[in-house]
Amino acid sequence: MNCFEIKDLNLHYGTFQALHHINMDIAAGEITAFIGPSGCGKSTLLKTLNRMNDLVEGCKITGSVTLYGEDIYAASDVNLLRKRVGMVFQRSNPFPMSIYDNIAFGPRTHGVKSRLELDRIVEESLRAAAIWDEVKDRLKKSALSLSGGQQQRMCIARALAVSPEVLLMDEPTSALDPISTEKIEELLLTVREKYSIIIVTHNMQQAARVSDKTAFFLTGEVVEHDSTETIFAMPHDQRTEDYITGRFG
Amino acid sequence: MGETVKTKKKAFERVMQSATWAAAVITIGVLVLIVGFVLVRGVPHLKPSLFALRYTSDNVSLMPALISTVIMTAAALIIAVPLGVFAAIYLAEYARRGNRVVAVIRMTTETLSGIPSIVYGLFGGLFFVVALGWGYSVLAGAFTLSIMILPLVMRSSEEALNAVPDMYREGAFGLGAGKLRTVFRIVLPAAMRGILAGVILAVGRIVGETAALIYTAGTVAQVPSNPLQSARTLSVHMYSLSSEGLHTDEGYATAVVLLVLVVVINAVSARIAKRLGGGDK
Repeated sequence: MNCFEIKDLNLHYGTFQALHHINMDIAAGEITAFIGPSGCGKSTLLKTLNRMNDLVEGCKITGSVTLYGEDIYAASDVNLLRKRVGMVFQRSNPFPMSIYDNIAFGPRTHGVKSRLELDRIVEESLRAAAIWDEVKDRLKKSALSLSGGQQQRMCIARALAVSPEVLLMDEPTSALDPISTEKIEELLLTVREKYSIIIVTHNMQQAARVSDKTAFFLTGEVVEHDSTETIFAMPHDQRTEDYITGRFG
Repeated sequence: MGETVKTKKKAFERVMQSATWAAAVITIGVLVLIVGFVLVRGVPHLKPSLFALRYTSDNVSLMPALISTVIMTAAALIIAVPLGVFAAIYLAEYARRGNRVVAVIRMTTETLSGIPSIVYGLFGGLFFVVALGWGYSVLAGAFTLSIMILPLVMRSSEEALNAVPDMYREGAFGLGAGKLRTVFRIVLPAAMRGILAGVILAVGRIVGETAALIYTAGTVAQVPSNPLQSARTLSVHMYSLSSEGLHTDEGYATAVVLLVLVVVINAVSARIAKRLGGGDK
């Protein structure tokens, strides 16, 4: 079963075409990694999946993207889409408020009012993001007092708090130290059963470690999209092989 | 490098260092001098009769003026702050970049903030006092002051909103929050400190204003019992005392009270800002 099906997607920023004829099915319940050199369009494609590109002026999209069969660009409720398709950003972006309020912001947005229910969601999300033990005694403290790695895990918890179906992660560990990165990779492996995850990464070892499927991007096109083992062990395309073996990038 | 060049460089460094030091000393010195002068001349003349609830030409009480100042400040802020902040939200969050209307609004506010206060006073006098028939009144004064501080509140609010990192907005949108919720729950609270800094500046201008008030709120030295009555603020009161020349000592005592008032206002707003920005470190 696929969560996303992308058909003949073209994306322009003004006169610049960032994505060319993307056709791609993304399997549900798996971790898919997008890899490729800077400027190859992997982050851009990620942002079309929850329509974050809507916020960019001069961004034009043709083709279709469906989430479980529904065209996300035909649907009118973009907020509902973003609830179903959560996002974790490259730089952790905790809101300047308490840890509790950060996590509760999403559920409150979508109408959860009961204190008991919010308490439960906050605890569950923080546990799922493997940060509960570190913050359970200071939920009322500012989220900005957390370390960089903790902030990013808290942002993952915040994304999980609205129970999304898909989680998009845009280079979530690129600003973190190796230990924090390891913690987040472990976390990904534990939450993979409940969510479909798409992760953009510059780090090929990371893609190899955590993902089931890998897609290799180059200059706005998908060169190859296959199981991670195939991509890393016996890629079909010469360009993929060159990139994987470090001949460019 | 030759020895002479080195010594020259050293000498230059020393001159610049003393220059910055001198500038700092002069700046602080002037402030200390003014505050000290006011305190020395004013404090001995602070007596209970100055704080009588009714003003008479014998006691020249400043209490009614003090109360009027608080009323006037509150009234002007109630009118100007919501207007200014909402306008800033429109400019910073809703208006599209390169919008013609935005350019016009910006130019207008910039022009308005450069106009001397006496001009606002004349306008308020002609419009609120005469054309609308409010007479010399707290209401006319408050409206005039609010027009005067509106550009200040708007500009500082807009800057504060623009200074909120886009990643907060992205984070909120990414969780499925709409524009309205994002602006009012995430962006506005994050900008609150900057907005308050603008409001504090505005309060400073209101408290220190005389020209715009003489033609609009008049100079009656009693506590106003309704918004259509004339009243004088502390600054106007000081102006009257010193221009009459009969109660210069009381004028200095009034200046002491005004100083204390400004310090108190700053302290209170700093505390409010701290509490509102509670999420910050």
